[in-house]
Amino acid sequence: MGVIYLDHLSGTPLHPKVKEAMIAHINTVFGNPVSDHRIGQQAAQALEKARSQVAALINADPKEIVFESGGTESVNHAIKGVAIGLREKGRHIITTNIEHKSVLNSLRTLRLLDYQVTSLDVDRYGLVDPAQVEKAITPDTILISIMLANNEIGTIEPIADIAKIAQKHKVVFHTDAVAAVGVIPVDVKELGVDLLSLAANQFYGPPGVGALYIKRGTPVWPLLDGGMQENKRRAGTENLIGIVGMGVAAEMARLEMPERLPRLRALRDRLKEGLLAQIPEIIINGHPTQNLPHLLSVSIKYVEGESLMLMLDEEGIAVATRSACASGSLRASHVLIATGLDFATAQGTLLFSVGRDTTETDIDRVIETLPPIVQTLREMSPLYKKEQAL
Amino acid sequence: MYSEIVMNHFKNPRNVGEIPDADGVGEVGNPMCGDIMNVFIKVKDNRIADIKFKTFGCGAAIAVSSMITEMAKGKTLEEAMRISNKDVAQALGGLPQNKLHCSNLGADALHAAIKNYLDRKAGKVPDLEKAREEHVAAPGGETCYCPYCFKEVAEEAPFCIFCGREIPHEH
Repeated sequence: MGVIYLDHLSGTPLHPKVKEAMIAHINTVFGNPVSDHRIGQQAAQALEKARSQVAALINADPKEIVFESGGTESVNHAIKGVAIGLREKGRHIITTNIEHKSVLNSLRTLRLLDYQVTSLDVDRYGLVDPAQVEKAITPDTILISIMLANNEIGTIEPIADIAKIAQKHKVVFHTDAVAAVGVIPVDVKELGVDLLSLAANQFYGPPGVGALYIKRGTPVWPLLDGGMQENKRRAGTENLIGIVGMGVAAEMARLEMPERLPRLRALRDRLKEGLLAQIPEIIINGHPTQNLPHLLSVSIKYVEGESLMLMLDEEGIAVATRSACASGSLRASHVLIATGLDFATAQGTLLFSVGRDTTETDIDRVIETLPPIVQTLREMSPLYKKEQAL
Repeated sequence: MYSEIVMNHFKNPRNVGEIPDADGVGEVGNPMCGDIMNVFIKVKDNRIADIKFKTFGCGAAIAVSSMITEMAKGKTLEEAMRISNKDVAQALGGLPQNKLHCSNLGADALHAAIKNYLDRKAGKVPDLEKAREEHVAAPGGETCYCPYCFKEVAEEAPFCIFCGREIPHEH
């Protein structure tokens, strides 16, 4: 029996059409898009085609798309680029307590350079209150960076509302949409954001390639300095093979989304209902309705996530856990702690993300396999009996 | 990520359970540091006649618990007190750098159980409930420790400001 892969948040397999396009590209194109001869121009055409495909996925103008080496670089570019670009205007940045590490650690670096950061709390569902964002704005605020959908609990933030506030106060607004783009409809014009990060490996494109949407006129300094690639916004010869793959993946995501989305949601809900019916004392994390359709975060009381993950792996089921950031001690996910979960429960969290190859049979096997594993580990756990006895 | 011996002990942990009339009980760890381990011992003629454990923790923590019970069984109390975290890690064929602290937990829990037995024998009745609460309170929420020199470091620090070594992060 094959492995059941339920970790699409960590990376998706290539769409067959993407694989096809990348191989065809390798076989026919090798030039550098900046070269003016015909070999180079062939490469430039492939690059611009991919740019249009990616732009169409988020309703942007192709000129507003900059290719990057993935979601992390895209986020770094947005945040550090605005910080440098607007360094004369102000030094205050607003974010939330549940951002991805690329945001948290970009801001950690900026703190070293004397930027001030306000990090906002979320409610128990992981939602940010737009009113709190407005309250945090000062004359010194140059940037707001808030994710579109959380990559651990799936909660979708009120980005359009926050964008209106940002516009009103003339503050640049970046959203990390890596977990959302290609999964749910994302329209930069409807959202009203200035900067948006996306990554190909969230929608069946290759890893190591992503993009940053930069609304025309947004003051973003380059992260990588060098030549005039990407309209002088990101130097360095493009990863054209990856970019071609991303372009096709974006097109397939746009075309297949109406079919994909309800299917993923149905599979995820089947898993959720099955686990709730089969395993007592579990908690579903994230917002009950405003959430990513393919993600399920489950905290299983009295047991630890890595143990669950390893045992599922032995049964041929690949899932993620956010139990540990091991700096000497195992640490619970900052996202789950921000939503108010206690440390022990947060440690016992599994993160399932279904994909276009997932079947109902796969889901049913998980629902069948997990309960005995939970029982085994609970019987081993000193927390189980103690809390039961209380 | 883990050695074959670790996976073997994780998948088939030895000596899981409790000893209701244990002569000594050791409890270490807390939910904040991610692992909790309880060790129960039965002592006969100064030897560990029986030993069982219960653990809440990652794969390494469970393998360490299983291994240390195997190593301690049948040993004299003095021999058991000399089992170190290094011995456990070595017997498991090594542990990933960022999981080495799990082996501390195993040795600490075993030694705590022996100490508890000796205290009881000496007529001292330690209040386990109180000791447990002190453990939970001790790390003070957000504390992170360098896995090499065990000094307190800032959350998410890429390297330890005391010993200068890079701190591995899992993602």
